[in-house]
Amino acid sequence: MMIALGLTFLMPLAWVVSTSLKLPGQVFITPIEWIPTEPKWDNYFEVFRRLPFHLFIRNSFFVSIMGTIGMVLSSLTVAYGLSRLRWPGRDFVFTVLLATMMLPAVVTMIPVFIIFKEINWVGTFYPLWVPAWFGAAFYIFLMRQYMLTLPLELDEAAKIDGASNFRILWQVITPLCGPAVATITIFAFLQHYNAFMEPLIYISKSEMYTLPLGLLWFKGRFGNFWHLVMAASMITILPVILLFFFAQRQFVQGAQFTGLAGR
Amino acid sequence: MSAAQRRDLRDGLLFTSPFIFGVLALWVGPMLYSIFLILHKWNMLAPPKFIGTGHFERMLNDPLVGKSLVNTAYYTFIGVPLQLVVAFALAVMLNQQIRGLSIYRTVYYLPSITPAVAFAVVWVQILNPEFGVLNEVLHWFGLGPINWLFEPAWAKPALIIMSLWLTGFQMIIFLAGLQGVPQELQEAAEIDGANAWRRFLNVTIPIISPIIFFNMIIGIIASFQVFTTVFIMTDGGPQNATLFMVLYIYRNAFELFRMGYAASLAWILFLIIMAFTAIQFFFANRWVYYEGRL
Repeated sequence: MMIALGLTFLMPLAWVVSTSLKLPGQVFITPIEWIPTEPKWDNYFEVFRRLPFHLFIRNSFFVSIMGTIGMVLSSLTVAYGLSRLRWPGRDFVFTVLLATMMLPAVVTMIPVFIIFKEINWVGTFYPLWVPAWFGAAFYIFLMRQYMLTLPLELDEAAKIDGASNFRILWQVITPLCGPAVATITIFAFLQHYNAFMEPLIYISKSEMYTLPLGLLWFKGRFGNFWHLVMAASMITILPVILLFFFAQRQFVQGAQFTGLAGR
Repeated sequence: MSAAQRRDLRDGLLFTSPFIFGVLALWVGPMLYSIFLILHKWNMLAPPKFIGTGHFERMLNDPLVGKSLVNTAYYTFIGVPLQLVVAFALAVMLNQQIRGLSIYRTVYYLPSITPAVAFAVVWVQILNPEFGVLNEVLHWFGLGPINWLFEPAWAKPALIIMSLWLTGFQMIIFLAGLQGVPQELQEAAEIDGANAWRRFLNVTIPIISPIIFFNMIIGIIASFQVFTTVFIMTDGGPQNATLFMVLYIYRNAFELFRMGYAASLAWILFLIIMAFTAIQFFFANRWVYYEGRL
């Protein structure tokens, strides 16, 4: 039963892979031929010949990497202020943080768009990655919880040596936050890489499309060529799968942190 | 205030300043600004025109508002419980001592992290009435064929079925929770003569109830705001059967350029989600067990 259920979950992905390697005539043959006799790798090159997927890949990676760097740096900085420093108003800021974690983003979608339009950011990549540099409540929360587990003596020892808070954060605390940084890196990367609504709203020039928009465009233009659409989908999914296999431990760990957040 | 206290306050504000600025610029400011939008009619070309409560009067006469609310409620209140049950069941299965745990974990988890556009495109094919895999499987059992995304009555169930395939993340969170249930408690219950089912009901469930609550809150908030999959797979059709709130807001704002009307709809949805979140927190202490914080 476990095996049957596993195969059910795997099926859609298996279908993408197998269809992406077929000739057009083989796509709708029933029963489905799961392993094409002669895999047609050229479908993947054909995708690049039809639409500039190399640009979409570049754009997606640019936005995702910039967003991820911002998310990691802002989480470290803000979490430090919320966990290692004692100051009046800290609890208030933390309460606000908890509140924004549960606010539905839909309410800000339209006003934020108009604000970005006013400062001429519509049609640029800025709306897709700059907000990450101000931190997101959930990641800051994760980082704070992690920092709370580190002994305060570390900071005190460094302070006696005359280190400023900036130096303590970067030279003492950050090196110890490896697991939390890894988790945030992965989730923030995925969040930006998979984002759909933001690019849809803010990007209009096709050479600035990220992969999700590019894939949608491809499907719109070549929707009848299912073998190519599936190859294009696979190109979009592949980085995620690779990331998962290289960082499986961090993924699971990340979910565990998330679960702890619920406690 | 002493010099040291002043320095502490300065550093505290300094380190949290990105977040403070972010909240002001991306939450507080926009929310206040959207109150202005609610009171005005604006297509972003002509100057905004004050209309007071006109948008709300208009909503009452707009049949698509009610329709999209009902659709969203259907999708959320049928979908989320099913998602929780599936995610939980998978986690319980994976929590047994089974062979190839990491392979199963990967298989269940992977769908939930793939880009929505990619799997939406794939699921359109899976749900295809003629060539789709789902109908082929139903055919083995002598059922179907069902017109899934082309029939108003089946379009929402089809999307819910797809959402079950995406529960991997919730499953991993449940699994982490299950692995944290103390073995001693299970053993103590066993000595007291509790069978496996009773242990599950009276030990496991209470211990991980905070995690069930967490998944439920997050699941409902996300489900109320579903957008990408419907936008790609059905664009609200057939006959508006999958016109969900956020899709309708998106259309009003970015296709029809009714900024004020769209902002008003967004506020309504916002209040609905906040109300449901508050209700859940209100009832939480009846069933969520928080380990006595020592």
